[in-house]
Amino acid sequence: MTPAVSFQKVSRHFGSIRAVDAVDLDIVPGEFFAMLGPSGSGKTTCLRLIAGFEQPTAGSIAIFGERAEGVPPYRRNVNTVFQDYALFPHLNVLDNVAYGLMVKRVGKAERHKAAEEALSLVRLPGYGARRPGQLSGGQRQRVALARALVNQPKVLLLDEPLGALDLKLRENMQEELKSLQKALGITFVFVTHDQGEALSMADRVAVFNDGRIMQIGTPEDIYQRPSTRFVADFVGSSNVLPPDFVQRHAGQRRWASLRPEAIRVGRAANGEGVAARLVSSNYLGATTRLALDADGLKLHAVVPAGAALPAEGEAVLLTFNREHLHLMDEAV
Amino acid sequence: MRSDRGQRAPLGLKIAAACGLLFLHLPILLIFVYAFTTEEKSFVWPPPGLTTQWFAVTWNRPDVWEALSLSVRVAAISTTIALVLGTLCAAAVSRTKFFGRETISLLVILPIALPGIITGIALRSAFSLADIPFSFWTIVLGHATFCVVVVYNNAVARFRRTSGSMIEASMDLGADGFQTFRHIMLPNIATALLAGGMLAFALSFDEVIVTTFTAGQQQTVPIWMLEELIRPRQRPVTNVVAMVVVLVTLLPILFAYYLTRDGDQIAGSGK
Repeated sequence: MTPAVSFQKVSRHFGSIRAVDAVDLDIVPGEFFAMLGPSGSGKTTCLRLIAGFEQPTAGSIAIFGERAEGVPPYRRNVNTVFQDYALFPHLNVLDNVAYGLMVKRVGKAERHKAAEEALSLVRLPGYGARRPGQLSGGQRQRVALARALVNQPKVLLLDEPLGALDLKLRENMQEELKSLQKALGITFVFVTHDQGEALSMADRVAVFNDGRIMQIGTPEDIYQRPSTRFVADFVGSSNVLPPDFVQRHAGQRRWASLRPEAIRVGRAANGEGVAARLVSSNYLGATTRLALDADGLKLHAVVPAGAALPAEGEAVLLTFNREHLHLMDEAV
Repeated sequence: MRSDRGQRAPLGLKIAAACGLLFLHLPILLIFVYAFTTEEKSFVWPPPGLTTQWFAVTWNRPDVWEALSLSVRVAAISTTIALVLGTLCAAAVSRTKFFGRETISLLVILPIALPGIITGIALRSAFSLADIPFSFWTIVLGHATFCVVVVYNNAVARFRRTSGSMIEASMDLGADGFQTFRHIMLPNIATALLAGGMLAFALSFDEVIVTTFTAGQQQTVPIWMLEELIRPRQRPVTNVVAMVVVLVTLLPILFAYYLTRDGDQIAGSGK
């Protein structure tokens, strides 16, 4: 099957800065693909390379099998939902949504009908006569989505679209985007720095760091089986265990990750396990996060709320199942 | 303590303000009054008598029409040149980063910061060095140097407040460069260009110094007025022309003011 988007050794350098460095990537048609990474990791540049706002310094990009280098943004069957929405302030909502059809010279009646349909799709029917300035942040986001979808793109690019929304709205939009993507069957490429968002929405996640992809996989892969220390730390803040520690407990001299919720914290002063001292505890509602110090190694554990907690500074004994200890590929 | 909006200003302050305004505007009113005087050789206060004959006299003087027509044509063409060049320059400076950007920005603004006499002498010596005869076009060129600045300043301020992602959004939605300019950029900078254009037109219309250096035998309205004041013949004609010029330039400026007054929302800020 032809990939929706295919990167082959794609680099984008700005002077001496390697924003994107020899990235290989295949996005499957119809999948919800997330690009996850800290700011400056190259994920947004990758998105802009797909949209056509940037041209690769080296390598080749194909969109549904067609070479994309040198093709301007307006000749690509790809649309973008911008981080700041970029609605046109001098046009009303309906004309904003119909803009893509207007510049393709679709008749007025036809493009307004299509725009109305797109507004219904994002649950904003009847908002056409308003100005972007009269809408709330969440509504603007929906208009930006409708404006992109009305063009029936083959790939929809979303650049941190939920970043400016408050928590409750963000959770609603996450579900809505997901079901919209399922219903339309369009390939979504979603850029985010929020690992929770990437894990909950995407079919597959690419984790970026320093212009390179550290790992591509399903959310479960990324979360349970991180391949590098960076991924383990960035995606859900796993404990990264040094080779010496791992050799003692797993018999292999490798870096390993251990999820905080896989650690059991006991009060026994001696016995089988890792002796540690409780440094502090953070109450998070459903869970409590404990900061621990195991002979100089800083660890985090997450325990369910309501469990009896040791006092700060108290000695504790940590235990975990060997199968939860994930050995990473990264060389020692 | 609170500053009360309804609180009355002290009487002294009111009188001072009234005096200030009178000082500014009374001379203009005097010009209007002298347009109706019966005394034609010198300005005598109070006017010995009132008449409207000078309007007819002015109407029938070909030199008035020539000067007026020249001024309008010069102002219109310099403004048009300024609109095109100023917008292009503003777009380049605000939309891209390149070597020497700040220098270019400064050099564009320089003609309005320099005294007109410097610009005038510089242009005059450049024209004679290049053997360009003084003509309508040398006046236009001289005026365009400072008209560009006005348009550039207005346009650059508006470009700065226009979100760059709006242009990308337009391209992303299938609009090529021309369509993006036509449907997105132009509506967003239109009021700024209108205001800049009006101001440029007004500046060109009453320019004296640069014009004296770049004009040959032609007379624009301000030059014609200066000449008229020297020879005492049908003096009130100058006042009639001044009155018409005030009315004609005031109306577009008021119009531009009302047009741009509430159009100042920041274009394309998403949040």
